[in-house]
Amino acid sequence: MNSRVFHIATNTFREAVRDRVLYNLIGFAVLMSAAAVLVGQISIQIERLVVINLGLTAVSLFGIVIAIFIGIGLVSKEIDKRTLYTVLSRPVRRWEFIAGKFFGLSGTLVVNTFFMAIGVFAALAYVSHNLLRSDIGVLVALYFIVLQFIIITALALLFSSFSTPIFSAIFAFWLFVIGSFAQDLRNFAAMTHGVTRWLATGAAYLVPNFSALNVITQVAHGEPVPHSLILFNTIYTLVYSIAVLSAAVLIFERRNLK
Amino acid sequence: MPAIEIRNLEKIYNAGFWRKRSKRALRPLNLAVEEGEIFGFLGPNGAGKTTTLKILMGLVFPTAGSARILGMDLDDPRMKAQIGFLPEQPYFYDHLTAQELLHYYGQLSGVDAKQLSRKVEAVLEQVKLSSSAGVQLRKFSKGMLQRVGIGQAILHDPKVVFLDEPMSGLDPMGRREVRSLIEDLKARGKTVFFSTHILSDAEALCDRVSVIRQGELRGVGAVAELTAGVHGKVEIVWHGATVPAGIRSMGAECHAAGETSRVIVPEENQDAALEALRRERLRLISVVPVRTSLEDYFVAQLGAPLKSETVSSRS
Repeated sequence: MNSRVFHIATNTFREAVRDRVLYNLIGFAVLMSAAAVLVGQISIQIERLVVINLGLTAVSLFGIVIAIFIGIGLVSKEIDKRTLYTVLSRPVRRWEFIAGKFFGLSGTLVVNTFFMAIGVFAALAYVSHNLLRSDIGVLVALYFIVLQFIIITALALLFSSFSTPIFSAIFAFWLFVIGSFAQDLRNFAAMTHGVTRWLATGAAYLVPNFSALNVITQVAHGEPVPHSLILFNTIYTLVYSIAVLSAAVLIFERRNLK
Repeated sequence: MPAIEIRNLEKIYNAGFWRKRSKRALRPLNLAVEEGEIFGFLGPNGAGKTTTLKILMGLVFPTAGSARILGMDLDDPRMKAQIGFLPEQPYFYDHLTAQELLHYYGQLSGVDAKQLSRKVEAVLEQVKLSSSAGVQLRKFSKGMLQRVGIGQAILHDPKVVFLDEPMSGLDPMGRREVRSLIEDLKARGKTVFFSTHILSDAEALCDRVSVIRQGELRGVGAVAELTAGVHGKVEIVWHGATVPAGIRSMGAECHAAGETSRVIVPEENQDAALEALRRERLRLISVVPVRTSLEDYFVAQLGAPLKSETVSSRS
């Protein structure tokens, strides 16, 4: 990695880690895993299902909130506070700044997910008294959650490069919601005709396909995740994120920082 | 080769929701700053000083014209490694300490990793922040932020330093320290380009100044030449609060401060005023000719009509 990108990423990680809001959100996620244990205890024979479902959903939701909350301010906050001026007056290209911010926040989310995942596995081990072979599926589900975070981070960064934090948060949040129903949108598009079909299909493929990245229910029921899906989702996340980041760089390169 | 060369630099902003209203922030600006000089870029608020600096830093793109720094284009990374910039009212990363911030900026500027720690320590010492090196910047006062801002601008030993209102928000001691830092930069052969609307600082520090108003350059000149003119008046200062009748009758305005009084009279009345003091047996402290100040030059330039106004009035 380019050294300037690395240094910007490291600084972004450090700033995010020292922001106390992050700890509150992680705390909530861990609490939800603990709550899942309690709920599981009142649900006979389905404790594991409840813990996996609630625990992974907590990791996913809180991670998305962190990704949006921090991501929307990555560029706009630096412009508002003029910290960007002293960075770009140095031999730092604008695309290096965007790339550094992206890797910094992605790294933060991976580390957060790791700690939240410890909470989930601890809850799982508690209710099962040991971990099962099928719990590898939980690892795959967590990997897919991280891929979701990467896409949301790229989107938050894109919106942050030209919009205010409030609008960036709204756009990113709604894209997450719509993306979670991407498969339904594609099914709807298949049932329509003419211009509606054309528009619906376009929208269905333009929004990120978070539905393919959500295997929580499947994993909770102990069903294996196909290797082909793991490969497809990895490539999809890579291609989609690169496209979004490229758009962010294109916009940011031309922006007057008033 | 000039350190900074600006040719017909122009900036027009498109404002409004549909971006149809245009606002001219900078009219065609031509300016050259030689290596090793301290150059003051003076103007009232909203004159275009910060716009000019932002264009030079590559933060804003010009509508027309060009500029070169050390003979290189504005987007050349080699040029950027040789300049330092302090923005107006700087703000830095809340959760970093001063030491971490300088390390970070040093890394971005390509300072050798083996020398970086030593340079950071030296700069913290220079800006008198060694004792606060480990404190997070969100706990810094305005003056401390200004000093760490200057520190990050000079850490990588740049050839040209750009300072946007460096004295802003500082108390007299802080301003003195910053003035001393700027003088030190000049002694080390750096070129300093700083914008300010505090004329006394510009008069004390600058080799040359320019005045800008409403985006238009009004004048450029060496400070020594601009303030060489004499008004044809003298300032007389004496001990005591008594104003002799002879001086009072001249109609001049007298000012008393503590145990001294002073008056400004035309040169031709100097002898009569001194004689009045002698008759009253008042102790003379000083007689000094009143010179043209930078403020006089500044006000004169701002008061003259803009070239664009002159052209439109003729048409």
